[in-house]
Amino acid sequence: MNKGILLAAVLLFLSCSSDDQNGYEPTPMPLEIPQIFSENIIAPIIPNDNPQTVEGVGLGKKLFFDTILSADGSQSCASCHSPQSAFTDNFATSAGVNGIAGTRNSMPLFNLAWNYNERFTWDGKELSLERQAEEPVQNPLEMHSNWNDVIERLQTHQEYPQLFDLAFNTSTITKELTTKAIAQFERTLISANSKFDRYSLGIETLTAQELNGLDIFLREDKGDCFHCHGNPNNPLWTNNDFHNNGLDATFTDLGLGAVTGDPNDNGKFRTPSLRNLVYTAPYMHDGRFTTLDQVINHYSEGLQNSPTIDPLMKQINQGGVQLTDQEKADLKAFLLTLSDPSFVESNN
Amino acid sequence: MKRLILLAISFILFTCESENTNGGTLRNITVDFEFIHTWDGTVIDNTNLTTTTVTNENGETMSMSRLRYLLSRFQLLNSNGDIYGFNGYKFTDLSDITSYNFSTNNFIIPSGTYTLKFIWGFNEADNITGAYPDLNSASWNWPDMLGGGYHFLQLDGMYNIDTTPSPYNFHNGTARVSTNPNVFEQNFVEIEFTEDMVLSGNATIKIEMNIAELFKNPNAWDLNIYDTPLMPNYDAQKMMQQNVESVFSIDEIFQ
Repeated sequence: MNKGILLAAVLLFLSCSSDDQNGYEPTPMPLEIPQIFSENIIAPIIPNDNPQTVEGVGLGKKLFFDTILSADGSQSCASCHSPQSAFTDNFATSAGVNGIAGTRNSMPLFNLAWNYNERFTWDGKELSLERQAEEPVQNPLEMHSNWNDVIERLQTHQEYPQLFDLAFNTSTITKELTTKAIAQFERTLISANSKFDRYSLGIETLTAQELNGLDIFLREDKGDCFHCHGNPNNPLWTNNDFHNNGLDATFTDLGLGAVTGDPNDNGKFRTPSLRNLVYTAPYMHDGRFTTLDQVINHYSEGLQNSPTIDPLMKQINQGGVQLTDQEKADLKAFLLTLSDPSFVESNN
Repeated sequence: MKRLILLAISFILFTCESENTNGGTLRNITVDFEFIHTWDGTVIDNTNLTTTTVTNENGETMSMSRLRYLLSRFQLLNSNGDIYGFNGYKFTDLSDITSYNFSTNNFIIPSGTYTLKFIWGFNEADNITGAYPDLNSASWNWPDMLGGGYHFLQLDGMYNIDTTPSPYNFHNGTARVSTNPNVFEQNFVEIEFTEDMVLSGNATIKIEMNIAELFKNPNAWDLNIYDTPLMPNYDAQKMMQQNVESVFSIDEIFQ
């Protein structure tokens, strides 16, 4: 009953205010920065023109899970970025509304505000989170809408105009405001409570095997994973930079090279975070590896040479760093400590 | 009002002049540092780092795909023995032109005759594992099993690119002398320039980093022997420390 009165009061308030200037101030909602981040890395990036607010995040979350964005009402962002899979799906590449699969693996979504160079997607073509949110809506291989139709659907919806009014002080819905809201929600997806995080904070211990795996991860003469994938003092577990990690001798997908037009960038893709690997299979930009064992085997024996292979890929002529079976098992054990069940559970 | 007072004090600081002990006139000046990077005279920057082919002293043709380095504790020493130290450190990524120069944030010193020194990497007091969030965010850390702290240099690329291209990872930081037990040796370099610089007005000191010197003097570097991994290689780490000595030179002073 109380809720009903409150809703009526809110609606009455809204109906009394003008369309574009309701005088209502959205409630600031700064990101809750985990201790493991605040103690180790610099502050997240929040655009000045899109501050986090309770209303903006709430609207963004509703939009993220709403199939209204797709051409036929069959898909939402969450269709390919599911909370139970750390906001990816478990397909090599995802099928859009027309049932046709794209060419890239759906990237998991977390800790996005800490991508300091703000190049998103596997090939870095999207230069902000807001701009990234535009693309899937209109991509023929994804939601296959056009933004004019989406805006019309949102504008005539019984709830959205009011929610935009609360979030942005205007009930006139635009593409820009829609993607701003989605970006606000995406920035709240923070994963920082893995077993390794708790180990770093001194409240959990690692097994001998997991510690040995960390040693292999950090040793330049063993795994040498840390130059691209972070370290205990960079708990993002990615440098968010672009590398050719030796997947192919020739490229069917140029990656960053197709974006920059620079042949030196051919075959380079953004380093994914190693957090939440338990939930994010299959792996690589095209989802070619279904298991972590296959990924480790790739770096150990499976490297393919090419003109742009990153020099951090060791022993290319031998196919990789030649880990023993025990070292592979230890490395895998460590990698699994970077997964964060609470992140998946709290967003389900 | 407070701002006005502050402004007035700043103005006085900037404009006051006094007689120095030698009878000359002292002014308050600021100093900044501009860096240029070369390979034996050819400018290397974000536009050509990854496309330039060079030949090192030992004769190997090389490419460079990534070059980052760290300098700290910039100090100017004048003829009276006064030392003016500048806070902060300079972390340079050659792919990012905005990281090339070192600003002292208008730190004021008296005009005079100075020599310059700075530290390659961090000295032992500064080289603290995890202490600098910006460097952690850049994944610049040096693993604890090698002594911890931070990289001083990361230069990656391919060598023998005209015959059988192979990767090199020319990374410099704390040297590990031995394991079981781990014994580490500091590996920073105090770069001290002997040239007197007469700084009479606000100055920008232009410093050249000749990357080729890393492979030249006193150790003609043989990448066929020392390519990767070099971080745990004590001899390689100490040879890098020696070669760094001749990498930097004062190119020009603008004032």
